[in-house]
Amino acid sequence: MFKTMGLMKGTAMAGAALVLGLGLTGAFAQNTVKIGAVYPLSGNAASAGASAKAAIEVAVDVINNAHPELGDLTLAKDAGLPNLNGAKVEVVFADNQGTPAAGQNQTLRLITEEKVHAVLGSYQSGITLTASAIAEKYGIPFLSPESVAANLTERGFKWFFRTTPVASDIAKIYMEFLKEMKANGTKVDQIAIVNENTEYGTSIAKVIREAAQANGLNIGLEIPYSANTTDVQSQVLQLKDKNPDCIIFVSYTSDAILYMKTMQALGYKPPILIGDNSGFSDAAFLKSVGPIAQGAINRSAWSAGKPGSVTDRLNEMYKKKTGYDLDDSAGRAMQGFFTMVDAINRAGSTDPNKILAALKATDLKPNQLMMGYRGVKFDEKGNNIMASALLIQIQGNDYVSVWPKQSATAPLQMPYKGW
Amino acid sequence: MSMSLLQVLIGGLLLGAVYALFSSGLTLIWGMMNVVNFAHGDFVMIAMYVAFMVWKLFGGGPFLAMPIAAMLLATLGIIAYFSLVRHVMKGPMLAQILGTFGLALLLRYGMFWTFGANFQSLPENLVGGTYDLWGIRIQASRLLAGTLAIVLTITLHLMLTRTSLGSKMLAVAEDSTAAQLMGIRPDRMQAIAWGLAAGLTGIAGALIATFFYISPTVGETLAIIAFVTVSLGGFGSITGALVAGLLIGVIESLSGYLIGAVYKDIVVYTIFIAVLWFRPQGLMGKN
Repeated sequence: MFKTMGLMKGTAMAGAALVLGLGLTGAFAQNTVKIGAVYPLSGNAASAGASAKAAIEVAVDVINNAHPELGDLTLAKDAGLPNLNGAKVEVVFADNQGTPAAGQNQTLRLITEEKVHAVLGSYQSGITLTASAIAEKYGIPFLSPESVAANLTERGFKWFFRTTPVASDIAKIYMEFLKEMKANGTKVDQIAIVNENTEYGTSIAKVIREAAQANGLNIGLEIPYSANTTDVQSQVLQLKDKNPDCIIFVSYTSDAILYMKTMQALGYKPPILIGDNSGFSDAAFLKSVGPIAQGAINRSAWSAGKPGSVTDRLNEMYKKKTGYDLDDSAGRAMQGFFTMVDAINRAGSTDPNKILAALKATDLKPNQLMMGYRGVKFDEKGNNIMASALLIQIQGNDYVSVWPKQSATAPLQMPYKGW
Repeated sequence: MSMSLLQVLIGGLLLGAVYALFSSGLTLIWGMMNVVNFAHGDFVMIAMYVAFMVWKLFGGGPFLAMPIAAMLLATLGIIAYFSLVRHVMKGPMLAQILGTFGLALLLRYGMFWTFGANFQSLPENLVGGTYDLWGIRIQASRLLAGTLAIVLTITLHLMLTRTSLGSKMLAVAEDSTAAQLMGIRPDRMQAIAWGLAAGLTGIAGALIATFFYISPTVGETLAIIAFVTVSLGGFGSITGALVAGLLIGVIESLSGYLIGAVYKDIVVYTIFIAVLWFRPQGLMGKN
């Protein structure tokens, strides 16, 4: 008798637990925030895509688990999203295969089949262009953490945002740097732009050309080329003939590596060499041709900072996962992801219109960021008006901050040394 | 100016010789059995990783990497023949195309899985350095690759036309039933052709790795040139591939230098289409 009672009691309790448990999982399942991320996981830019993916995964860990040691960093302190009952974030990655068509198809799949609440992407500007058009059509917020082409925010889109410094910010930094060099007596009479010929390279080249004209600097040579090329000897020889005082490369990884190898083979080096981010920021670039690209100058908004700092801790988490230090491109992907999830948390909902309103109201301060921006705040076009960058230089096995002087961790080494 | 032009020409010839080297395996397989091997570029990619591992594990350069890569790739080629190609050859043309294309993807993503998406590179001083001849700079690694490319292509041509093994292979290519009646085993000859072709990609990959970047997608980039070289030279013609490779290398370099890098593909493909318009069989292919 007692036994039966016990059994019944047990069954009832188990039943109650089951109901309770189901109820709980139900509530949580409803509250999972799904974000799509469209990145080049195959194709020529796959190494950058893999880095971005790893960086976003670190951010997911930071958001979904409690990380009080990360200070004021957005959503680090508590587990999950506080305004959505501690909901967890889930990222669905999709491969843009390095082509605008695949980027578009994958975004469509993420929105219509995976039912993601927001989309992040897509590294290459030319692919962000097509992918974001799909999100715009379906009324889903799209945030690009790293695409810099000027026209992305000139389309009058309602759902498009980006956190990165854009082409005009970058051109401004280069021009200010070159003007300062010139004022200090370095010869900067002729600048050459060597750019890959898709959206990214073309738009940066155009903006740099305009900025140079506005600043009274002379662009003597422009060499557009296809990033998929097998050989860059003829371009390097054109440069060698013209012998400009400064070359600005706007390249992806494989072509940036080829340029460095070919310049060494043909024994050519310009006095100033600037490599605009992407290819030059790829950890694989530094590892494979760093020793023959000594003194190359690059832009960045990322710095791991002092040991024990928030950025250093994030870098360690990333390094544990990948074996590499976090680079600027992957860092910008991480910052973009934090910004999007922060907006969803503030919206307190996964309703697209509420997320949109929250994105528009974004006002992150430097202490809440992991990148060195002055903040995150969007203008009516969706550009981050607080984005900024500094110049870094390859010295030995690493990039060090060299300009402007107040943020420099090592003195600028001139001229470009090469190998 | 003229000095630069000479540099462009020499650079173009050396580049072209390398194009010829990695195209010869493709043309051999086509000539032997009318199969287009879409995995060809990825065979070269595997060989480049072999060269990378040889350097990483033993510190060895191309002279150690070449025989190892050639043997490994030849084995891979023979395995591919017996496990895949022999079977899909019995099917429709589409099966052959998709079969080798599937093999290409398997190899490519296998390498993504094993080595990750990162770019790798061999140290710049692994082969010699750079010679400076009266201002013309010649990279030792490219000179080695170019010279070996020409030597190997000629050797392969002589082997096919002057040896009994070559005659047997050509007999199978011409009429495999008739060859079988003469006591030649087509299966064995075709397996040898696959082994030989893949072995050549092994040597090509080990050489290219000394001056190019290494990544799982590099085969994709190289394969396009291989297909253009082979069809321009004439499918199945070894010497055709050599002539076409040199031609493409020089045209590419000259047009890139004189007109501009973005236009070089236009020039190459215009000439390519023009040649095929007048000579559909390619420069040295048979009707």
